[in-house]
Amino acid sequence: MTEITSSSAAVLAGLISSKEASSVEITTAFLDRLEKLNPKTNSYLYFNRENSLAQAKRADQQLAEGKTVSPLHGVPIAVKDNLTTTDAPTTAGSKILEGWVPQYDATVVRKLREASMPILGKTNLDEFAMGSSTEFSAYGPSKNPWDLTRIPGGSGGGSSSAIAGHLAPLAIGSDTGGSIRFPAAMTGSVGAKPTYGAVSRYGLIALASSLDQIGPVTNSVMDAALLQDVIGGHDPNDSTSLPNSLGSMVQSVKEADVKGLRVGVVKQLSSDGFQPGVKACFDDTIKKLAAAGAEIIEVDCPSFEYAVAAYYLILPAEASSNLAKFDSVRFGLRVTPDGNPTIENVMAATREQGFGPEVKRRIILGTYALSSGYYDAYYGSAQKVRTLIQQDLAKAFTQADVLLTPTAPTTAFKIGEKVNDPLAMYLNDIATIPANLAGIPGISVPNGLASEDGLPSGVQILAPAMQDGRMYRVASIVEKLYVDQWGASLIARVPDLEAL
Amino acid sequence: MAKEQLMSYEDAIERFEVVIGLEVHVELNTVSKMFCGCANNFGSEPNTNVCPTCLGLPGSLPAVNRKAVESSIAIGLALDCQIASNGRFARKNYFYPDLAKNFQTSQFDEPIAFEGEISIELETGEVFMVPIERAHMEEDAGKLTHVGGATGRIQGAEYSLVDYNRAGVPLVEIVTKPIYGALDKAPELAATYVRAIRDIVKSMNVSDAKMERGNVRCDANVSLREKGAEKLGTRTETKNVNSLKSIENTVRYEIQRQAFILAAGGKIIQETRHWHEDRGHTSAGRPKSDADDYRYFPEPDLVPVQPSKEWIEEIRLTLTEKPSIRRKRLQEAWGFADLEFRDVLNSDLLDEIEATVSAGASPQSARKWWTGELARLANLQEVAVQDLPITPEQVASIQKLIDSGDLTDRIARDVVAGVLAGEGEPAEVIESRGLKIVTDEGALIAAIDKALASQPDVMEKIRDGKLQAAGAVIGAVMQEMRGQADAARVRELILERAK
Repeated sequence: MTEITSSSAAVLAGLISSKEASSVEITTAFLDRLEKLNPKTNSYLYFNRENSLAQAKRADQQLAEGKTVSPLHGVPIAVKDNLTTTDAPTTAGSKILEGWVPQYDATVVRKLREASMPILGKTNLDEFAMGSSTEFSAYGPSKNPWDLTRIPGGSGGGSSSAIAGHLAPLAIGSDTGGSIRFPAAMTGSVGAKPTYGAVSRYGLIALASSLDQIGPVTNSVMDAALLQDVIGGHDPNDSTSLPNSLGSMVQSVKEADVKGLRVGVVKQLSSDGFQPGVKACFDDTIKKLAAAGAEIIEVDCPSFEYAVAAYYLILPAEASSNLAKFDSVRFGLRVTPDGNPTIENVMAATREQGFGPEVKRRIILGTYALSSGYYDAYYGSAQKVRTLIQQDLAKAFTQADVLLTPTAPTTAFKIGEKVNDPLAMYLNDIATIPANLAGIPGISVPNGLASEDGLPSGVQILAPAMQDGRMYRVASIVEKLYVDQWGASLIARVPDLEAL
Repeated sequence: MAKEQLMSYEDAIERFEVVIGLEVHVELNTVSKMFCGCANNFGSEPNTNVCPTCLGLPGSLPAVNRKAVESSIAIGLALDCQIASNGRFARKNYFYPDLAKNFQTSQFDEPIAFEGEISIELETGEVFMVPIERAHMEEDAGKLTHVGGATGRIQGAEYSLVDYNRAGVPLVEIVTKPIYGALDKAPELAATYVRAIRDIVKSMNVSDAKMERGNVRCDANVSLREKGAEKLGTRTETKNVNSLKSIENTVRYEIQRQAFILAAGGKIIQETRHWHEDRGHTSAGRPKSDADDYRYFPEPDLVPVQPSKEWIEEIRLTLTEKPSIRRKRLQEAWGFADLEFRDVLNSDLLDEIEATVSAGASPQSARKWWTGELARLANLQEVAVQDLPITPEQVASIQKLIDSGDLTDRIARDVVAGVLAGEGEPAEVIESRGLKIVTDEGALIAAIDKALASQPDVMEKIRDGKLQAAGAVIGAVMQEMRGQADAARVRELILERAK
């Protein structure tokens, strides 16, 4: 069954619609594989064969009745464990939610069900999506299928390792500062963060509401486009969701044409601070695009220098408030101290025991940043930086159609290497954070293996807000340049997990 | 807690200047809650009107109720406020078990309505302009019931129950600027102001406006300063006062309590307090300072409310007549003396009297019925006069029968009693109880003759011009007729007889 599990979602959808394979067969193939290999990668926190197969059966039944409800009908998918599901516990990678089964489905989950896509399980993440490695998951780190001693990126390392390890053909991620794109780059997969508001956040356990966005993690750009078409669109339950449709991403991918394309290279994200092998891959991408006929322009985004600093004020501020609801009163963990505890004692003990170190660190940071007397200096200034970054980008997009940067400064690092150095960890997202601060779409596409360690590198493509179609179009161009060179996608070269 | 020492009210007013500030919370009567589709319904079984959003479950998000915004704008307009073109929501962060998300979605620096005023007329006719700082939208919290322990308060309780039915119910908080210069009238002004707000939201039908249910509740801020001092004194905030009488009493009590402390050289502690109507005093709640840190920041889950000019004007057109203007209009139209009209207002009978008048009764007769006989009956039955099972239309129809001479006042009262007893419409009561005036003059004359026979000197007296002597005969006749005769007609007949 390796043929099935190493196929793209688009290929699988074709097999299903042509009746060459059923959804049950395909779902079974992935379940067999993940049951065997998840102990190696720790990609999934939860899966349930019976439940997944029941969904696959329903999808097959519809097909037998001549009903195809979506272009991905019957193709199974993995869902990051910070999206609510009524049929599976949802932990957000935290002890404080251990065993909680939500009373409602996230809008995205509902859309997957409506598209007849069986859910394989819930994937691992850093606790409440705070981290770049999954090392802050309360349930242990996920491993990178390229090298099991290395991180698969974070926070969505469960989804990225599931894709790279062929434990799922498609996965859902969430991206607050790079949690889709960074793991994609670490694992040679494709990860897209749509425009803020393009995908409903209803049912996504919030990290930072103004930055969070749900998106696809996949084998290919086409797969990502197919998935965004399924999960995108306005949702009355999410006031910040865009009122208008952004059109079909699949259509944009099909229209890929490099002619007349102006590619901007961000001065601040193309020189210092990148691993040489990663930088070399990036330069190669630019060279290929130029050779294919694109115009390459250097653009200046001086405010990017302050992006990480601003991000680490806005995110903790919003997170400190979003995480206040975890108080033991209505759901989740409850720790009752000895003696005659007051409700305050119970809340404090629960939060003390239920939250991990990174979550506590950010709650304290955020509480401090919002405190009266400090608000203007911290939260207020950070919002100003945010505006400046948006202005930088607006100007850059008058010069270029898309902007390219390396997705990450390095390839996948060793588990344990940065876990005690928050600053080093935070800098992993230096290239991905500006898109969240500005609300624009960004995608990471694999662009080779770094020469010094043979690990995947990714290139990030940024487009103006609501130009997700343009982002997919250029991503598809870049992907094709490489597939043409390699004869296959990078992910086809991932080591045999069964042998590892 | 022992009652604190007080200065006499007169001395307190003599020595100190009173500054008050009032925060009135109005619960809107929208069909659904502020940020979700749950029913906004008082009295449902606990935790039945709840969903992921108002329970603050992980992943849930708010969506603004358009009708609640409309009602908020209407309230703002009624208070002559400006309406914000960009009304942003903000999070007020604090931990409390009745607050599902541990932050309240409210408004902070960009309220929907701001800078208004309302004129308040006191009993003496004195008019105060109360300046309105803002009216902002927010959500209510759930309701805690503390079980065990003596006081029903959270302190000492064994455990507490939470009902989230009220969580997310839309509120509009109306905040005044500091009100200076009310002097000894400060308590009355506070109560009259809250009544005015209640009347406005009731007449606009944006709130059920029942204070006893907490639809309208007031936080009263009171501070004192030495006369002539510039600096404001330290204030206390008495929370959730929910009757007009209590508001007046609270302010008066705080004036006396603070005056005693200040006069003795003490300091007022900035704190929240609670009013105990049964015991007639306030008690300390929690200390509060201006540095209370709610860590407000713009609510990132909601886009700002940006009402268009057109929408605001549409809402303005729907505004009902202001209660103060309506009152003026009605008093003038009805020709009531100030005292008469105040009686009507104090017993909250404006609506009933207006309806009775429009059903055809004269204003004075309508007033007399409602503030007189009906108020008396209601009092006997210990119900609100508005709740008596009689309609303004029925009252008007009875009055019409009096005016046409078909009923006497006395018989009419029997008819009313019959209606209240559930015997049907006035006509049915008259029929079944046989309450017609005796118009058969033969019967009347027979009764007169009978009475005259037992009081033979009466005719002489009348003929001598002592007409009042007829009274005794009228009484006897009325008794004979069991009251069902027209006394005036009887009198006429007696006088004719004496000719």
